[in-house]
Amino acid sequence: MKEIYLDNAATTKPYDKVVNRVTEVLKNYYGNPSSLHRKGIEAEKIIKEARREIAKKLKVKPNEIYFTSGGTEGNNMLIKGGVKALKRYGNRIITSSIEHPSVLEVFNRLEEEGFDVIRLSVDKEGIIDIEELKSYLNDDTILVSIMGINNEIGTIQPLAQIGEILSKYERLYFHIDGVQTFGKWNLHPSKIRADLCTISSHKVHGPKGVGAVYIKDGSRITNLIAGSGQESGIRPGTENVPGIAGFAKATELIFERVDKERLYSLKELLVKRILNEIDDTQLNGPKIREGAPHIANISFAGIKGEVLIHSLEREGIYLSTGAACSSKQDTPSYILEAIGVSREMMEGAIRFSLSDTIDEDHINYTVDKVKENVQMLRKIMMR
Amino acid sequence: MTKVYMDNGATTPVDPKVIEAMQPYFSEVYGNPSSFHSFGREGRNAITEARDKVVELIGADYTKELIFTSGGTEADNYAIKGVASALEAKGKHIITSAVEHHAVLHTCKYLEKRRGFEVTYLPVDEDGLVNPEDVKDAIREDTILITIMMANNEVGTIQPIAQIGEIAKEAGVTFHTDAVQAVGTIPVDVNELNVDLLSLSGHKFNGPKGVGALYIRKGTRINKFMHGGAQERNRRATTENVPAIVGLGKAAEIAMEGLEQKQEKLVSLRDKLISGIEERIDHIKLNGHREKRLPGNVNVSIKYIEGESILMKLDLAGIAASSGSACTSGSLDPSHVLLSMGLTHEVAHGSLRLTLGKYNTKAEVDRVLEVLPKVVADLRSMSPIYNG
Repeated sequence: MKEIYLDNAATTKPYDKVVNRVTEVLKNYYGNPSSLHRKGIEAEKIIKEARREIAKKLKVKPNEIYFTSGGTEGNNMLIKGGVKALKRYGNRIITSSIEHPSVLEVFNRLEEEGFDVIRLSVDKEGIIDIEELKSYLNDDTILVSIMGINNEIGTIQPLAQIGEILSKYERLYFHIDGVQTFGKWNLHPSKIRADLCTISSHKVHGPKGVGAVYIKDGSRITNLIAGSGQESGIRPGTENVPGIAGFAKATELIFERVDKERLYSLKELLVKRILNEIDDTQLNGPKIREGAPHIANISFAGIKGEVLIHSLEREGIYLSTGAACSSKQDTPSYILEAIGVSREMMEGAIRFSLSDTIDEDHINYTVDKVKENVQMLRKIMMR
Repeated sequence: MTKVYMDNGATTPVDPKVIEAMQPYFSEVYGNPSSFHSFGREGRNAITEARDKVVELIGADYTKELIFTSGGTEADNYAIKGVASALEAKGKHIITSAVEHHAVLHTCKYLEKRRGFEVTYLPVDEDGLVNPEDVKDAIREDTILITIMMANNEVGTIQPIAQIGEIAKEAGVTFHTDAVQAVGTIPVDVNELNVDLLSLSGHKFNGPKGVGALYIRKGTRINKFMHGGAQERNRRATTENVPAIVGLGKAAEIAMEGLEQKQEKLVSLRDKLISGIEERIDHIKLNGHREKRLPGNVNVSIKYIEGESILMKLDLAGIAASSGSACTSGSLDPSHVLLSMGLTHEVAHGSLRLTLGKYNTKAEVDRVLEVLPKVVADLRSMSPIYNG
């Protein structure tokens, strides 16, 4: 049976070269990077090179990159740490209503602690309202956190424009959740005047359990984790050397392999065929070429997304209804709700997320199977 | 040149069987464990299996009591900050010891400085031992947490955790132990030890880096540390690091099988190393308790020379050792552990830690015993303060 993995926004399959690199480091470079002997120095060198690789791709300085255990820690660390560092200057913090749970839950927590939290609304394509943002900005605002690309519907936020507006406020941190953006779309935090940015390895065919954050030179944050002096004291804990080495390898490769135009044409094929060939379907969120090249969220009326996913799994096609992180809870997507998708269409929503290993045959096979299964399920439902 | 790695207190080589167990979870079962499809399910099952093994290793009753983390440092932070924020309405006093790892000490300092907590840092005796009576005396009405490490990372001293646990239990105070150096090397049983929380780390017992766990006894009040998705029963958000968790499980399984043998072997190598050093080099002092000590730990102060110069010379001879904790090796301050044990700055500066692991051999111990005395003699011959 064919195996077509279209759940790349949840996690990606590590590239073979990444697995080889991780294994090589696990086997041979086991030293603690803080140790002064050769074994330690070898490991430290691996981290230094990895830091340089990632900094190069983000177009920032290596000393502005710190390694973490992943995207969730990155978001927790930068938002909590940034807010705590700037607490004495103000109390207002702003985000959007369609952020990842690792941002929204942190904001909820900070709200409980007494911060004045603003959650910006979004239009039907998922884009925040710049005027609304402007109306909430004041001297009391200390942090704004906006994601680059939305994980469920692929909306691309106008980060450069937001950065431009925010740059007028001196004592304010602009944080970007760049987890779905890195490797797929331009992400140059210093160019768009961001102070803080989060990225994750397992979304770019690297290993799980590792990520990185960008902290602009001179920006201070309060530590999330206290301990020894690793990562310049910002993020203590023995470094995950194999994970970091694998992340760097994945970064190097994804920038070579991801071809936006190719992904867009695959996405276009997928969406257009589904919308043309299957009745009562809709594309949720941004138009094909206005959203991320790797994410398409499509609703099938009259069908439960979960049921469709299970029947497609039997055909060797792996998909999800939305964010994996919230798929355990029985709530419909707050993201689709925020962009105004109807209850019925929300229940019948499926997220297709592509990667560079997907080709036209995969897409055509997928659409054929989706068509068959939707027709079959709709027939059952009618009875 | 034969290379000898004797820095297993800093980190250990990964067991090839662990690497093998991890492999399929990189490229075959790579799904997100939260996903509904089979890639996700298989990942979830693998996590369950790994959890069972780690739970068994530490003698916990329920698998629900174990939360995977990114390592020992996160587990310590989670335990201490989590309990502090859950119980701060009840009291703001914490008891710890002066010789804890920085992951514990700096977290306590943070709570003191930024959150208004009061922390008692219990002193230790010349062997690095905490006196359980001191713990008892330090408990106040507003004490909400006691955190004492099981075994010290620098000098290897093993604390009377079961006794302290008994005291904590009687007083109704939550008790955490940082068992990062102990788990996988000596027997650890959370019930015998009477602990409510216990931190462990994979890379200290031949597992992978970037993974650890926090044991949380059922009923312990603790707040979340990382906010986000609903992973780890809603306690620790973030996509699970499946291969590393599988690796930790495998390392736990291997550790359980060979614990007694490993201990015996390490103790005999350790004692050979200690007595060899004591026979061959004068003006030295063994740091830490001679018996109540980790099976693989040797820590000696070699008077009249700098620890760092010994390390450099040993490294040139292919021997990897350390002067104390790897985590503080960048700093010039002498070890807070040795100073707390009453060593002078000067003596503390001349300390050398050799930590043995399961791959070390008798021949390697002999090699160190051959090289080290020469290195010491060499350095002392250049020392202005040493005159034989």
